[in-house]
Amino acid sequence: MAFDSFQDFLAMGGHAPYVWAAWALTAVLLVGSVLHARAERRQLLRELKRRARRERRAARETDVEEGA
Amino acid sequence: MWAFIHKLGSPKWFYGISARLMPWFWIAAAALLLVGSVWGLLFTPADYQQGNSFRIIYVHVPAAFLAQSIFVSMAIAGLVFMVWKIKVADMAAAVMAPLGAAMTFIALFSGGVWGIPTWGTWWMWDARLTSMLILLFLYIGVIALRGAFASRDSGSRAASVLAMVGVINIPIIKYSVDWWYTLHQPASFTITGRVSMPMEMWAPLLLMVLGFYSFFIALTLMRTRSEILRRESGKRWVQALAEETP
Repeated sequence: MAFDSFQDFLAMGGHAPYVWAAWALTAVLLVGSVLHARAERRQLLRELKRRARRERRAARETDVEEGA
Repeated sequence: MWAFIHKLGSPKWFYGISARLMPWFWIAAAALLLVGSVWGLLFTPADYQQGNSFRIIYVHVPAAFLAQSIFVSMAIAGLVFMVWKIKVADMAAAVMAPLGAAMTFIALFSGGVWGIPTWGTWWMWDARLTSMLILLFLYIGVIALRGAFASRDSGSRAASVLAMVGVINIPIIKYSVDWWYTLHQPASFTITGRVSMPMEMWAPLLLMVLGFYSFFIALTLMRTRSEILRRESGKRWVQALAEETP
């Protein structure tokens, strides 16, 4: 372990603002990319499902009309 | 070989194979980034000259590597799309651009905050820094150009051409530190060749670099799959798939 205490670790030997700013930006962008990709996939699947339901309903209605 | 390329180019086949590959890259990325971060932040001893500010290297170098590798990948994907009309290549190129821009931004930002305590300045019009800034503008240009056309195909072709032309910037970035040696130091991290830093500094950096590459592959696979759903939404197999996915 390169640090004696947790405070010591946070302080980064006086370089805290630089080290943590760089690491924080990286963490935010990496985690953000994953969350964005997940939200994107879920939304696309939702839309595809809605569209499939709509098309099924439309098909049923045509069937009913043809039957009548 | 040709049959393989065309199979690879089929969105349906790609969607299936990528589902099986993707989890491995996510696992590798998570494990490598976790171990690399803990090791690099907590266990590697401080640098005798730079103190703890050198720990920025563990995000700076991998991000800078990826920034360039993603641009090259995007240009190759653009070439494949232009020559063989493989749509999946264009979809991959489209989803790579924002991640490449993010990586370039991380490299520039982390370099800037690293420069304050070590160089006494966050910016200088040094060749390496300037060519990286140009890379960021190229990424933004590729993203904007893709969206600037009414037809998707025109946007795809324009973005491919810009990526293929812009790739000339990559060797300039690479050799900038040797051609115009002003502020930025020459490369100190190599996979092959002589290691110019202590082993306990180099090992976590290697893990972080591999972790960033795994992350790039996993995210690109995931977002290319989404792009397939978006662009092929009219196809029967996509609709069938949407219904059976919970």
